[in-house]
Amino acid sequence: MTLEAELWSDITPIPLDDGPDPLAPIAYDAEYSEAMGYFRAISQKDERSERALQLTEKIIEYNPAHYTIWYYRQQILFSLDKNLYEELDFVKDQIDSNPKNYQLWHHRQVLVEKLMDASRELPFIDEILNDDAKNYHAWTYRQWVIKTFNLWENELDFVNKLLDKDVRNNSAWNQRYFTIFFNPTKPTEEFLTQEIEYVIEKIKMAPNNISPWNYIKGIIAKSNKDIGILEELCKEIENQDIISPHVMGCLVDIHESRARNGSAIDKEEGIKICTLLADKHDTIRKRYWGYRKIILASH
Amino acid sequence: MDTSEKQTRLLVDLHVKYIQSLDTKKDDLEYWLTEHLRLSGVYWGLTALDLLNNVDALKKEDVVKYVVSCQHDNGGFSGHIGHDPHLLYTLYAVQILVIEDALDAVNVDKIVEYVASRQDRDTGAFTGDEWGEIDTRFSYCALSCLSLLKRLDAVNVSKAVEFIMLCKNFDGGFGNSPGAESHAAQIFCCVGALAIVNSLHLVDADLLGWWLCERQLKNGGLNGRPEKLEDVCYSWWVLSTLSILGRLHWINREKLIEFVLTAQDSEGGGIADRPGDMADVFHTLFGLTGLSLLEYPDLKPVDPVYCLPKHVVQRIGLAERYHHKEFQ
Repeated sequence: MTLEAELWSDITPIPLDDGPDPLAPIAYDAEYSEAMGYFRAISQKDERSERALQLTEKIIEYNPAHYTIWYYRQQILFSLDKNLYEELDFVKDQIDSNPKNYQLWHHRQVLVEKLMDASRELPFIDEILNDDAKNYHAWTYRQWVIKTFNLWENELDFVNKLLDKDVRNNSAWNQRYFTIFFNPTKPTEEFLTQEIEYVIEKIKMAPNNISPWNYIKGIIAKSNKDIGILEELCKEIENQDIISPHVMGCLVDIHESRARNGSAIDKEEGIKICTLLADKHDTIRKRYWGYRKIILASH
Repeated sequence: MDTSEKQTRLLVDLHVKYIQSLDTKKDDLEYWLTEHLRLSGVYWGLTALDLLNNVDALKKEDVVKYVVSCQHDNGGFSGHIGHDPHLLYTLYAVQILVIEDALDAVNVDKIVEYVASRQDRDTGAFTGDEWGEIDTRFSYCALSCLSLLKRLDAVNVSKAVEFIMLCKNFDGGFGNSPGAESHAAQIFCCVGALAIVNSLHLVDADLLGWWLCERQLKNGGLNGRPEKLEDVCYSWWVLSTLSILGRLHWINREKLIEFVLTAQDSEGGGIADRPGDMADVFHTLFGLTGLSLLEYPDLKPVDPVYCLPKHVVQRIGLAERYHHKEFQ
């Protein structure tokens, strides 16, 4: 018996009913097995007590993805009116060792929603992103915190720092878009012009990285600007003898937009670049560039 | 596991044996720690077996009995007996029962009631369970499930579509919630859901198609987001979406086939996330469904919207809800 015997003397653990196939012998970890037996017994009675809370902790240590346990734990916490700040510490420890577990992040969200206090959240998320700057759960949660508690003010600075550290971080580029366009205060025309300048500088640092290209095309489309504003950037990179499929792809976009308005030279030039991409510089996506060629030819 | 030898063919018999053996590993703690997703494992294994022309390798009677034992009074299914019901497992249960042609073994009206109860009336989003987590994965689960049960009338479809469209991003992709980064698996869920309710016109197919084929790396494998590692499971999430959009041929077929085949365990069977890693049933299914979409021989065709063998979807009379284009 690894659980305190006295505390559990009134409970008869319920053994596992492993479905209709009881053929194979059961020999798994005795401690986990015992804890689950008591869990089945007390959850059936919906017991909300200190010992039940401790039991959930024990099972979670083994298996943090056990979603039924988490829900039960939450009901106990609320019923006993526990100190939820202590629980935040508990979840933090859990997330530190299991940063990609859905249940843990959602549990934290429920707690913070109940506390209506997000003062610990951004520093905590920063820590997690410090270890893995692309953790999807952390980013989703960060967006929820920012929206719910109106913490937009310093977010662009935070994103700037991340992009200074790693210009290839796609999650940070996405967060940039979120920070600018999901903010209840809409960006001014002047801001957007500066923003495009900012991205252009970043692209120059790593022209073969898809993320800022996607981002800049996204904001150009969103703000109804002309993709032609990127031509100078493309030429500048090409003049440095850098061959980048993304630069070439951007030029295809530019030529196509002009071919659509009747420019025969652009149509021809666009087709020429598509052929180069298909045959030489991005052969793995040959069929995609072939498709772009057909579209260009149709203008 | 053998990493030295480069596999050039699909090890059908070994994969069948591997999947059959999964339910006999009860001495491993790991088996019990994954108990909460046992039902998913049955779906992954059974679908893989059907694609391998071996659906009978798991006894129908046992499978159906097990699935039935996971249904709760409220109509939803849990990942295993004694766990809480959840939309994820409710979809897996329905998919298994449809494969086994055994929907009459459960109370379908109760399932419909459960799924419908998970929709938020104001936003159109779906919560996974009572706990309240919202994610576009659950939008797919709900719509796919109801479509298989032919009861889409039970939810507000236009509201559901509205929520999914809020999750569409500047790069043409979709995330798990409004503003969240595009991710190939979330994209499958969103585009699959839109396909089910005849709303593919809302997808920017060229822009998204580009983003998806851009996921192919030099080694032939696909990643799920820019600058991430390749993983066999994206052979499903990325390819299924491209297939739904009629742009599957934008992928280099030969290179991807080679990548998936190299991730096979040539001794124990099964497919891993990438060559050299341990095989598991999740990656085994998504390696096989990927190969099936690439029209690899020896495999039955898979439906890119429902992730079920195509003959199953045809049997229940659901039209092909996607743009079809053969490799040329």
